Amino acid sequence: MITGIIAFLLIVAVIGSILYGRRLIKTEKIDTVFGNPERALGGSHWVIVGTCFLMLSWLYYSWDIAKSFYPKSANELCQVGKVTDSLLSLKYLFPIEERQHKSTDIIERENRNIKIYVNEIKNHPDLKDKDKDKFFNLLDKVQLTIPLLTSEKYLETSSINKINDLTNRIRQLTVNFPKDSYPPPLSSEEESKRIEALKKQLGWGATGEEVPTLPETKKGLKFHTAAKELNTISDEFFALRNHNPAYKAAMQEIKDEIREYKNNLNENQELEGTYAKDIHKLARRIEYASIFPPKTLVNMEQAIIEFDKVQDEEKGNLNFIDSVFFPGGTILSSGPTCSEDGPGRWLPKPSDTFRIFADLLRPSVGFKYVPMLWYEMMDVSKIVGFILPDWIADILPGKYPVHTSAGKVEPNFKSKVLDIVTGEFELFKIPIPYGHIWDSFLRVFLGLSLGIIFGVPLGIFMGLNRFAKGFFDPLVELYRPVPPLAWAPLIITVFGIDNVGKVFLLFMVSFSIMIISARAGASGTQLSKIHAAHSLGASRWQILRHVIFPNSLPEILTGIRVAVGMCWGTLVAAEFLAGTTGIGFVENVARKYMQYEVIWITIFVMGMLGLLFDVTIRKIIDKTIPWRGKG
Amino acid sequence: MLMSDLVSQDLNMIFKSQKGETVHALKDISFSLKKGDLLTVLGPSGCGKTTLLNIAAGFLRPTSGTINLAGKEIDGPGVERGMVFQQGALFEWLTVTENVNFGLRMKKEDPITTAKKVDEWLDIVGLQGFGNTPTYQLSGGMQQRVALARCLINDPELILMDEPLGALDALTREKMQSLVLKIWKETGKTIILITHSVEEALLLGEKLYVMAPRPGRIHKEYKLPFATMGLDIDLREIKNNEEFVSKREEILTMIWDMEEEIMGKEI
Repeated sequence: MITGIIAFLLIVAVIGSILYGRRLIKTEKIDTVFGNPERALGGSHWVIVGTCFLMLSWLYYSWDIAKSFYPKSANELCQVGKVTDSLLSLKYLFPIEERQHKSTDIIERENRNIKIYVNEIKNHPDLKDKDKDKFFNLLDKVQLTIPLLTSEKYLETSSINKINDLTNRIRQLTVNFPKDSYPPPLSSEEESKRIEALKKQLGWGATGEEVPTLPETKKGLKFHTAAKELNTISDEFFALRNHNPAYKAAMQEIKDEIREYKNNLNENQELEGTYAKDIHKLARRIEYASIFPPKTLVNMEQAIIEFDKVQDEEKGNLNFIDSVFFPGGTILSSGPTCSEDGPGRWLPKPSDTFRIFADLLRPSVGFKYVPMLWYEMMDVSKIVGFILPDWIADILPGKYPVHTSAGKVEPNFKSKVLDIVTGEFELFKIPIPYGHIWDSFLRVFLGLSLGIIFGVPLGIFMGLNRFAKGFFDPLVELYRPVPPLAWAPLIITVFGIDNVGKVFLLFMVSFSIMIISARAGASGTQLSKIHAAHSLGASRWQILRHVIFPNSLPEILTGIRVAVGMCWGTLVAAEFLAGTTGIGFVENVARKYMQYEVIWITIFVMGMLGLLFDVTIRKIIDKTIPWRGKG
Repeated sequence: MLMSDLVSQDLNMIFKSQKGETVHALKDISFSLKKGDLLTVLGPSGCGKTTLLNIAAGFLRPTSGTINLAGKEIDGPGVERGMVFQQGALFEWLTVTENVNFGLRMKKEDPITTAKKVDEWLDIVGLQGFGNTPTYQLSGGMQQRVALARCLINDPELILMDEPLGALDALTREKMQSLVLKIWKETGKTIILITHSVEEALLLGEKLYVMAPRPGRIHKEYKLPFATMGLDIDLREIKNNEEFVSKREEILTMIWDMEEEIMGKEI
């Protein structure tokens, strides 16, 4: 319902904005210059059109519009799918959608197979003449079973009666199906059971089930019942198989002969055994093919065609809904399993996505018991303990306390210091952010910071000093061209699947980028600037600090911008590989459980975070180096 | 000799090019300048003007020979020798004021006295009120004014100018020429100015060296009255002076001959 209103508002917004844009164009002075950059300035109304169009596409292709305007259609289409599926097994016997009768097809194929075998055996160098004769004889007999099935002479009366009975049942169904009285009312007990089951059934798109399978409407019930009936009919038909006594006897003879022949083979006659097995298989294929005399099934075929026509008419507007509101796929094709095929499956409906996103954002739900982004209260003592190294306590004079004979441990000064440096005390608590998003962010931030802290000085050093460039260049160039993810398995093994491994991996990524950019910046300093600084009395250190460093800032900041993008991409992939938190981990788990909504949410979150990083750095660049490109 | 300020004796500069050829950039250059001299150096490209200047600044060591300033040998860049470059070489991440007081800041001088000095010098070079402007927003002429002020605020004994007005348009150039003369007069500094414009060399040079290439050497020395005249008379009037015109033609011919000689050698 809400989706319907939103869709309507979106359409109104699109049309309104287009009309507004048209009017603006009319009132603006007409620019005759094609390619005038001012044309590209756009306007917020065009942004609205673009956004709404995207939203509408999402609504439409995720089948949310169908869900909103025809909430029952999926369930009904599912019932139709059941009928289509039941009909299919009967239909494909006849040239309705196929070229020829299934029986004809099989007879043709197996005759061809027999011919191939005869040829093959005749020319086979390793077979003895005695075996060859045996095979020819068997193949002859198999071929002779076919007329036993196709001749009306052998057709049993019971089979004829059964076929007539099934044909009549299909005809009856055809007559009853369009009537309002179909399906016949269930007994009150069964009806209440049905209603009870319906109540338990989840709605379309709800988690766990794509399309509810039990029929919810009168129309759906009609198709559902018909499908059931058709299933019994087809089961009964395929049990029939036209195995008349003459055929049975002939078949038994062939089987016996093959068995006897195989029993007499010794271990070395593998080839002969294979041919015997193949001939047996060929005979079995004919046995199970439901081959009838040519005219026997004419009435049945007609009945099926008629029913197909009637059920198609009965679908009514479902055909229209299916082709218009289920773009790129259909529920029908999934048959009785009632799942969404096409974009309805992998493109989650906005309504579901927002609901699940809201769920994920709730700190108490989160994903795998970890919230997406929340805070926890952490005692400052833990942070102090983390920062202070433990050896502070070790180097103090004195010894750690020993337990007394009374079995107690008296703390002394040294053990108290140890408590402080390990964080074993209570101070006050401060909120610390945590969660999947924060973890990913922190990893990128730490990896990047370390890369900058170590990479920039080394890069500048390499840009200024022959020794440094020569010495460090091979080291950097050895690991830099390797795609960062190629390092991941190794790094994760060495440093563990948690933060340390990932931060180190990101450090490697940003380190090389920062070295290269800082080096380019430093070595790109104009000589005249350094000369000028020299003759103004600056020392080497001052030149480094006040001339070379600011002069390399544009390159360094561009390097940071590149490094952020690279780190972000590498991190997500690294989290795919291993780990227990992080946005990439969430996506990987969601992929395993086919939670398409969560996958799309993580894609969106990653995009937004990446954009946030980039915009922040762009802002910093604009603020810190306004002279860029103007020097 | 002791009275003279800048003295060079038998300066030789030999470069090895990447192909392995040796280039004799300077050969046996000897000259001396007294305090307060204004020397302009002129010559065709490749005659070693800039090399000479770089040696005087201390950026290059001569292959042989000595160069002394006030009796002390020059063996590296120093504050007593200020340099002005063709393209300003300003620090574009700093404002005008920060550029001008760069030298004093490096010396860690008191910021209050520094600020006063900066204001004075901005006044002298005609940049009042531009103190907080980022240098990349200035025009070429203004940038050269900043470079001049930045150099002069350090109170150097010798000012070295490497084609400082080369990249300016004609009008700005004339104004800047007057400024250079004004500063020369007011501060009484020793100035060496390199230029490729004959007119500029004649106008500004109290002394003028015409250098010849391959090997780089001083071809001819002039003593000229025009710089002193320029302190009082409009520069454009001097340019129409008969003596000026004849000197200009003489030097132009000289340089043309040198260029032809080089071209001939190359063919």
